Amino acid sequence: MDIMRLRGLVRKESRQIIRDPSSIGIAFFLPVLLLLIFGYGVSLDARHVPLALVVEKNSPQAMALVSGFNQSDYFLPIPMRSIQQAEQALMHRKVDGIIWLRHNFARDLLTGGKAPIGVIVNGVDSNKARLIEGYVTGVWFNWLERMTGAQGRKLKVPVTVEHRVWFNAAVRSRDYLVPGLIAIIMTLIGAMLTSMVVAREWERGTMEALMVTPVSMKEVIASKIIPYFLLGMGGMLLSVLMAVFLFQVPLRGSMWPLIVSSSLFMFTAINMGLLISVAAKNQFVAGQIAIVITFLPAFILSGFVFDIRTMPVVIQWLTHLVAARYFVDILQTLFLAGDIWPLFLINSVWLAVMALFFLMIIKKKSRKLLE
Amino acid sequence: MLRKIFALMKKEFRAILKNKKTRMVLIIPPIAQILVFGYSASFDLNKVPFAIYNEDPGLASRQLLARFQGAETFHLVATIDHDDGIAPLINEKKVMLVLHIGPDFTRNLSKGQPAKLQVILDGRNSNSAMISLNYVRTVVMGFNSHWAALHGGHHVPAQLVVSSWFNSSLDSHWFIIPGIVALLALVVTLEVTALSVAKEREAGTFDQLLVTPMTPLEILIGKSLPGFIIGFVEATFIITMTILWFHVPFRGSFLVLYLGIFAFLLSAIGIGLMISSISVTQQQGLMGAFLFLVPAVILSGFATPIENMPRFVQYITYLNPMRYFLIIVRSSFLQGASFDLLWNLYWPMVLIGIATLTAAGMLFRNRMY
Repeated sequence: MDIMRLRGLVRKESRQIIRDPSSIGIAFFLPVLLLLIFGYGVSLDARHVPLALVVEKNSPQAMALVSGFNQSDYFLPIPMRSIQQAEQALMHRKVDGIIWLRHNFARDLLTGGKAPIGVIVNGVDSNKARLIEGYVTGVWFNWLERMTGAQGRKLKVPVTVEHRVWFNAAVRSRDYLVPGLIAIIMTLIGAMLTSMVVAREWERGTMEALMVTPVSMKEVIASKIIPYFLLGMGGMLLSVLMAVFLFQVPLRGSMWPLIVSSSLFMFTAINMGLLISVAAKNQFVAGQIAIVITFLPAFILSGFVFDIRTMPVVIQWLTHLVAARYFVDILQTLFLAGDIWPLFLINSVWLAVMALFFLMIIKKKSRKLLE
Repeated sequence: MLRKIFALMKKEFRAILKNKKTRMVLIIPPIAQILVFGYSASFDLNKVPFAIYNEDPGLASRQLLARFQGAETFHLVATIDHDDGIAPLINEKKVMLVLHIGPDFTRNLSKGQPAKLQVILDGRNSNSAMISLNYVRTVVMGFNSHWAALHGGHHVPAQLVVSSWFNSSLDSHWFIIPGIVALLALVVTLEVTALSVAKEREAGTFDQLLVTPMTPLEILIGKSLPGFIIGFVEATFIITMTILWFHVPFRGSFLVLYLGIFAFLLSAIGIGLMISSISVTQQQGLMGAFLFLVPAVILSGFATPIENMPRFVQYITYLNPMRYFLIIVRSSFLQGASFDLLWNLYWPMVLIGIATLTAAGMLFRNRMY
């Protein structure tokens, strides 16, 4: 490697970046926009769920239960006259669930029979349905306690569950989604910035021109990596600042593991983009490959929303091919839990291995050869 | 006119299918992705790794813990005997939760006083934490009613009778896999259209196309049809996989679903062509594709519900065709919805399609560089 030649190439590459506003746009505008939309838009915690309340016959007990639902932050109760009307509303997706108190509810309660409270949830969104079930159970339990309390007794439950959620006591799903988002956005940026750059030179014939110069392929590749790496790290810094100051996600780990792992990940993501570019030799194909293989795997197989630990074992192995997976793990831990060295080391080693692997294929594929 | 359009369409198809790499990109990823994502995208937990920290010498605690060890949803990884053992297990993600039982558990229980089961959860994925906590509660509820039946007391006057419509076992695959139909159809059509005009612009052949007797409308139709056909074929393939391979029940009508696919593809192609005709280079086309694709997927309700988003973000989602199509696919599959339940989801997509296609056609002529 010759420093002079490399410097010349890097300067050319940097000018190209500065002159085409789209690269700068990708590195700075994109993370800000995406984090803004997603940081506010992505959450798994259901609130103000519209719920149909059908009370066929008024009674003090029924009213107490209804007021429990009215006071709950999770629900937006809508009184309905009949179960038919409520079922229609459920079919039309106007409500997500129905609470149904039949006309003999109060009588069964008082005579000591088992008075059923009908709960119907729309199971299409099964995750939400499960959350609603949990919230309904909470309201029901509070109501039971008040009912037995009013009779001067205490509700006796043999075993009660007491829970403590570490790292995220308020259970804000945004706190775990935002660090994951940073990893996804950085995957896209790395791939987008570099997936076209080598293919473009092939397509325009400038690669052939480069081949007759004394410049080595190593220098060409290095000159592509350096400026885009710096650009990507700028975007990364911006994303972290936004996560901490705008979205108030706690950053409990220390700075240098964050810097080390971000650099490693950026390096891997850029190498992946370069590999696409080198392999495709054609911007059209490179673009198509980038659309297909970067975003969706990073979105679904990285542990960003879907927990990897719950996937079938074969798929868990497959996720090791997705670089974002390691970075999501590192970021979620660094932000929420702090410096946990074993996790940090394992994931960093994997990232480094992936980066070197990509680099090796790039080197193999980009010999000075014409086809 | 038809002959001209047909000729352009034939050329477009050749441009897409001529290159071996492009053919591979169109065929292999959708197959691989429906299989991989179909199995992986789920909110259900199974074999939740957990640890036991039991300080109680009594019988009752062991009976309770045996229920966890016997359950399919839980998988015992470690047993610890003091406080210091908890942190490493959770920190390093060896377990999702630790069940802690204090020394006086059995004593309290037999005296009729409340006995506590403490659950310590890893909140790094708060959704998984809450779901596994619900599983714990279910097991404890089972234990409670068994205990009450044996020892009396604990009469609950009113029970919840929960039933869930359309997906009685609340299997989240049924929610996610029909969504993948929308996801992959969108990706494929964008892939075919978003770079197609930009590529010709860069090569200079688009100027040549403009001086032929073809009108912008004809160019537009010729450029759209390949995306349509490829989108239809791939959507059909994925729907077939969803029904036959993943056994997600299809309760609705194919007419309702395919009308939805038609409207969805129309809007996706319109957006793809618009991006393509705004961009001068393919790099910009790619950036535009991502700039649309990523928010469109994340703000569609595919994984996280739209109702949870703040108002202004919800208004933005009205511009997102995937939002409408997702409801149509899911309702067609699970709810068996008929046209009258869904009609107001079709026209926004058609409107988006017409608006973006018009814009693309106008940009053909007016954006010269």
